[in-house]
Amino acid sequence: MMVRDTLSFSWTAIKTQPLRVILIVLAMSIGITSVTILTALGESARLYIVNEFQALGTNLIIVLPGRTETTGGQPPLFGATPRDLTLADANALYRSHHIAAIAPISVGAAPVSIRGLEREVTILGSTSALRRVRHLSLSKGHFLPEMDIDRTLSICVIGQTIKDELFARQQAVGQWLRINDRRFRVIGVLASEGQSIGVDFDDMVIVPVASAQALFNTQSLFRILVETKSKEGMYKAVDDIRELIKLRHEGEDDVTLITQDSVVNTFDEILVALTLTVASIASISLAVAGILVMNVMWVSVTQRTAEIGLLKALGATQRQILWLFLTEAAMVSIAGALSGLLLGKVILLILQVSYPEFPLYLPMWAVFSALAVALLTALIFGVLPARQAAKMNAVTALNKR
Amino acid sequence: MIELESIHRIFQVGEQQVHALNNINLTIKKGEYVSIMGPSGSGKSTLLNVISLLDQPSSGKYTLNNQVVTELNDDQLAQIRRKNIGFIFQFFHLIARYSAAENIEIPMILAGIPVKERKLRVEEALVDVGLQSRAYHRPDQLSGGQIQRVAIARAIIMRPQILLADEPTGNLDRRSGEEIIELIESLNQKKMTLVMITHDEILGCRAQRRIRLVDGKITQL
Repeated sequence: MMVRDTLSFSWTAIKTQPLRVILIVLAMSIGITSVTILTALGESARLYIVNEFQALGTNLIIVLPGRTETTGGQPPLFGATPRDLTLADANALYRSHHIAAIAPISVGAAPVSIRGLEREVTILGSTSALRRVRHLSLSKGHFLPEMDIDRTLSICVIGQTIKDELFARQQAVGQWLRINDRRFRVIGVLASEGQSIGVDFDDMVIVPVASAQALFNTQSLFRILVETKSKEGMYKAVDDIRELIKLRHEGEDDVTLITQDSVVNTFDEILVALTLTVASIASISLAVAGILVMNVMWVSVTQRTAEIGLLKALGATQRQILWLFLTEAAMVSIAGALSGLLLGKVILLILQVSYPEFPLYLPMWAVFSALAVALLTALIFGVLPARQAAKMNAVTALNKR
Repeated sequence: MIELESIHRIFQVGEQQVHALNNINLTIKKGEYVSIMGPSGSGKSTLLNVISLLDQPSSGKYTLNNQVVTELNDDQLAQIRRKNIGFIFQFFHLIARYSAAENIEIPMILAGIPVKERKLRVEEALVDVGLQSRAYHRPDQLSGGQIQRVAIARAIIMRPQILLADEPTGNLDRRSGEEIIELIESLNQKKMTLVMITHDEILGCRAQRRIRLVDGKITQL
């Protein structure tokens, strides 16, 4: 018996029961739709977060002062240490040849004013390397120039929000503004980068790191961002940084190093697990659909007993009859899967239109596994009725009317 | 061609054993026309089921075309049945959703014969049974006599050597019944072995050889 004949035989059998078939297709498509949508949501959330973290920079190592072990709490809130990170520490890191750029960061809040307008703003002290490390781009002017790390200079780069609030429609570059009681000249305006995890660069003033330290009257750094030359060099750089800091801190290893990929990987793993969990819960509905397939196939086998007897009399083998019924179950299930995928796509499209800022994405593997699961369900739940048909006694089947 | 040696067929009905076939010895030669007669429950149908390989005897030996078939499994029997035996049933057994032509085609589909050849042979068979104008009619659009003609076309489409008919006129009026019998007998004249079950004495007497069954035993050869 040829495949084409099996398909057409099953197809004609399906056509005689339209309502019943529509019901299974519906059940199957609800299952597939829920699996598709939930997988897409989980996968999109994962990609969204991973992208956000990658936008922080590539091959990034964050050096925080203090260590969990020193006082038992998490840095930077509790793991305080008597030895702060200093600019000299940051400078020393250049000795590692795996490091491409170092951006020491000092953070504080201070009132920023111009011509009577005043605003409390986050002041971020750093170096020209920050632009490279955090992938910042400018809409106007220049970023901080390359210069000695410990030199103070009365220049600043402002974020888009600050520009709008303090300068409105005026030209900002070249103007002077006041931070605390010091005057700084605006040399550049950052391009708006929207929300990025943790830091809002739009609402920020960036000044040279030594100037920031002078403003806040401190020697310590908030953290140091380090970009390594390559992904492979990352772990060597981590070791180098530990060595160098240890040397400078009287033999004590009192910094915490966070590599960007470890953060990304952790989130990645959590979200993959979450996606799989949600998808498996949704697939319960597929099992329900499978049981419906089985039920419908039982009815089909019982109703067509005489036909099965006839086929046996005409020389059909058990295998042929088994496949006729399995094909029927598979066809119905695949029809359900396809309409489910279609429905899922439509719902995702609607969601995408309603929430354009959240990128929705249905991975190809989800599409294929939905089809595979539907087919598998059909075969698993179809096999019992089909076997019953195949093993039927020809004489009794023929006599049944 | 058909050799049955001390065939027994015993059914278990509840606690009771029913001896449907009791020591049947029967040889049917190629091209013979045999009728099997007897009252209801005499074992006619059981005998036909055994001959047609739909049922296996409880004991005894059945040789078909010099091959002992009592030892074979279900699928092997199905393949022998497909090639060697054509069935004509009292209740026709056409598949309602298929047209006449498609019903005739089924045995060839099961045998995996290519589409082109199938179409040719179906056309020939429709001509043979005089239904060329009814090829695309479904069973509910055909009369009883026409339906049985379709069934006959289906029975001979694989060119079997043996034709088994179980009360072929049992559900037909007198005239179409006669036409059907003539059609079946004409096939026998083309050297097809014909075994027919009937309880119609007149019909049974048209056969060259008449077998009478009573209580699972052959009483007249």
